[in-house]
Amino acid sequence: MRYVKPQSFEAAATLLHEEAGIARILAGGTDVLVQLKAEMVEPDLMVDLKHLPGMREIVAEDGGFRVGAAVSGAEMGEHAALKAMWPGVVEGVELIGSSQVQSRATMAGNLCTGSPAGDSVPAMVTAGAVARVQGPDGVRDVPVVDIPTGPGKNSLAKGEFITSILLPARPDTASDAYLRFIPRTEMDIAVSSAAVSLELDSDGVVTAAHVAVGAVAPTVLLVQDAGVALVGSKLDDAAIAGLVAAVEAACNPITDKRGTIEFRTKTAGVLAKRAAHIAYARAGGQA
Amino acid sequence: MAFDAQAERNFKVVGTRVTRPDGIDKVTGKAAYGADVSAPGMLHGRILRSPHAHARIVSIDTSAAKALTGVKAVVTGTDLAQPEDEAFADVAINCLARDKVLYDGHAVAAVAATSKAIAKQAIRLIKVNYEKLPHVTDVDEAMKPDAPVVQEGRALETVPAGMSQNVTTHCQFGHGDLEAGFAKADKIIERSFKTAATHQGYIEPQACMASLGSDGRGEVWCCTQGQYMVRANCAAALGVEESQLRITASEIGGGFGGKTSTFIEPVALALSRKAGKPVKIVMTRDEVLKATGPTISTSMDIKIGMTKDGRITAARGELRYSGGAYPNATVDMGAQAAFAAYDLEAVETVGWNAMTNRPKEIPYRAPGAPTAIYAVESVVDELCQELGLDPLDVRLMNAARKGTRSSYGPTFNEIGLVATLEAAKAHPHYTAPLGPNQGRGLSCGFWFNFGGNTCVSLNINDDGTIGVVEGNPDIGGSRASISMMAAEELGVPYDKVRTVIADTSSLGFNDITDGSRVTFAVGLATIEAARAAIKEMCRRVAKIWDIDEEAVIWEDGCAKPAGPNAGTHPPMTLAEIAAIAGKTGGPIAGHHEVNADGAGVSFGVHLCDTEVDRETGAVKILRYTVFQDAGKAVHPDYVEGQMQGGAVQGIGWALNEEYIYGEDGRLQNAGFLDYRVPVASDLPPIETVILEIPNPGHPYGVRGVGETPIVPPLAAVSNAVSRAAGVRMTELPMSPPRLLKAMTG
Repeated sequence: MRYVKPQSFEAAATLLHEEAGIARILAGGTDVLVQLKAEMVEPDLMVDLKHLPGMREIVAEDGGFRVGAAVSGAEMGEHAALKAMWPGVVEGVELIGSSQVQSRATMAGNLCTGSPAGDSVPAMVTAGAVARVQGPDGVRDVPVVDIPTGPGKNSLAKGEFITSILLPARPDTASDAYLRFIPRTEMDIAVSSAAVSLELDSDGVVTAAHVAVGAVAPTVLLVQDAGVALVGSKLDDAAIAGLVAAVEAACNPITDKRGTIEFRTKTAGVLAKRAAHIAYARAGGQA
Repeated sequence: MAFDAQAERNFKVVGTRVTRPDGIDKVTGKAAYGADVSAPGMLHGRILRSPHAHARIVSIDTSAAKALTGVKAVVTGTDLAQPEDEAFADVAINCLARDKVLYDGHAVAAVAATSKAIAKQAIRLIKVNYEKLPHVTDVDEAMKPDAPVVQEGRALETVPAGMSQNVTTHCQFGHGDLEAGFAKADKIIERSFKTAATHQGYIEPQACMASLGSDGRGEVWCCTQGQYMVRANCAAALGVEESQLRITASEIGGGFGGKTSTFIEPVALALSRKAGKPVKIVMTRDEVLKATGPTISTSMDIKIGMTKDGRITAARGELRYSGGAYPNATVDMGAQAAFAAYDLEAVETVGWNAMTNRPKEIPYRAPGAPTAIYAVESVVDELCQELGLDPLDVRLMNAARKGTRSSYGPTFNEIGLVATLEAAKAHPHYTAPLGPNQGRGLSCGFWFNFGGNTCVSLNINDDGTIGVVEGNPDIGGSRASISMMAAEELGVPYDKVRTVIADTSSLGFNDITDGSRVTFAVGLATIEAARAAIKEMCRRVAKIWDIDEEAVIWEDGCAKPAGPNAGTHPPMTLAEIAAIAGKTGGPIAGHHEVNADGAGVSFGVHLCDTEVDRETGAVKILRYTVFQDAGKAVHPDYVEGQMQGGAVQGIGWALNEEYIYGEDGRLQNAGFLDYRVPVASDLPPIETVILEIPNPGHPYGVRGVGETPIVPPLAAVSNAVSRAAGVRMTELPMSPPRLLKAMTG
């Protein structure tokens, strides 16, 4: 295995593009290094990107925040302004792994790994986050929701990688929340998960709502109908029932060692309901 | 050896919380575990394992692996001896399969190479031609007459004819007239239960470094609960004499019973014998879960009758255990333990063991008891609920006590069950209010405890310090406790004593560290060894003072004249006697060898409060209290640690831990992500209440404490969850999907 630390994004893209064998990108490394140790993969090329400009930075941009692809979960958790604006996204990232893993694990890595259970993905999706992608032919911006395509798969072409993720601006009367179900209290992978992002008017009525669920389909799902069910409400019982019904209808999970189809579907609805109430309270809404 | 007849002994060292001797090494990383040693020229061993649950090995082609540069040896099952003794033969076959692979992960071949990378590459070059066979992993399925047969001809004579060949063991215990007993009952409940296999979950994977020369002499450094057991297994598997093997036990990163067998040491020795170099093997976590000891998986039926005021009139249990792909007698212990907490007029327990295509069961704290007692205590709890009775009062009413004829035969001597139940009843936990969706569960627990073969050598050093040499790896604080008992008996401070664990060539035979035996049996032998040394010191002093030996007594670490008639000699301290030992007859030491009995059975009672999430099936443990009779708690921190650790492992067993097999008979969760032991944030502080009812079989009254605490949690948690959820749970683990399904129908 060759380990390379290229001096520019362009050089990195070229290297990755031209590699005939198996190439892996090293940002946080919390998936790649585990896969290496478990002998799941033997890359021919490992490209380290963490040192490149902006990779480790969180910068304000157009009222939102651009988060470098090698920024760790712990760094996001310590960024007060980011956390105040997108608490659901940050709490999702902070659920990945242990404290030790948190000092390395990245949101971009969690996204590119393509796990339907990735903890940072549902809230990124409901936030409308946009990934900046470097490739051999230049830079493009891709909505986060379009990156994962199935378990372990993503839409990036050979030689492409994410350099940063933009979490856009939002008004003060808006917030988000993320919840996952795990059989333990930490150190686990979501059996099901849900993120809800809400915007309220001055009366506390929901004016915009986005709902995403994880681990209940091959990719994280943005459930449009679930958001629609909440708009115009103050999360009354009927709106919540509509949310739960829409989430359950959207779920397309599998039965495996972590949970059954029935269990995943039921809990996804429960988590969406609970996350909606948390997001609503965070946005200043009074139930 | 009997309990000392001193009315109230004032212990000076025993019962205090001294600093543990291994603490600094462990927190600084200095402690040498199984994988921590290397030798010049050492090779790296690696094992090829079966991907099939059950298959015939048609052929193994190792030629490509042998041809790889850097590969120094390749071995398969035919490189190990075929011991005549069935138990040794099973260990050898489990280390390297011969004709058949019996479970997913069964070792098939091994290589030794100059680097780990080459060993890995070589393993992939070994071609095994398998003929897949039908498999069975469920105990009830395995007992059916037409089930795939795991091994032929292994049934004991006790098994009735006509059953599946997988059924190897049948046992039966009890007394009294069951029919008459059930006829007297106002309420009878009969329920069936299932429990999944769990793993001991020790942090340190098995590891060893072994060397076997052309002269037939060998050395093994390994992580084990018993170096003498490793010696016996290796000698049998390699066809060498025990005297030629020296086994040294490393520091051990957890055992819980799981390190009472051998998996890699014979393989490393066989590789070393071929390669002429030391070979190190370190198991991965995946290998540990696939191929080392899980517990039994079970299926059980329990029937209990009770009068409306709470007296049990009759009880019957039928236990079907599977100890994996080999015969195994764990069900005997389960059947004996099931009803041990009760004083019963009519009781019967029947046990069966059936082989399945799972790894060989290895003991896990109180093997066999937690599952059987889970089933019994669940039915007792349900009877209490149905009859509107207080579950503690009912247990007190039916409790076994001194003089009770136990359900498995023997009549109990001094036992602490009633005192333990009364302590639980008096504790504020028992009457603390519960909120919505919360429930309180209670369970008794029992374990036999064991004494066994033990050797101790105690040396009085010339500077007045003490060296204790014993032969049992320390998995629960035994070095501290043994040093404390030596210090107590000799009358010297604890920090003057150092206890070390000998290799097999430095001390006589010791049984493995199991059965909660070490603090009891090694402690007992240490006290006797100290007494022998004291006797010798008194003899030396008598010579100096020129008085009779009997006129010298030992008190507070000094030899003193026994009374006015012995003269007015000033006391001589141990240090003073030691300093001149060379002039009074030579070095002073004591030793003791014993097959200790009188371990004394042990009871515990656990209280558990849980809250269930009705929408997700999640269970939160709110409060947990352990009450246990420790005889005499030598080092209370360690005793509490045992009580807490057992409770936590039992909580894991109850809630999430399980071996999950696919349709293909392969293990689906061979890692700590999906084999879920509890993490710290899953648990409340585990409160402990130690009771001290002296064990008549030990000079200080010590009882083993290591195993009993894992027995009650399964039922304590299940009873709490059943009461909180409003539905009786009969299967473990009560993972959230299972509990949610039970609650929502």
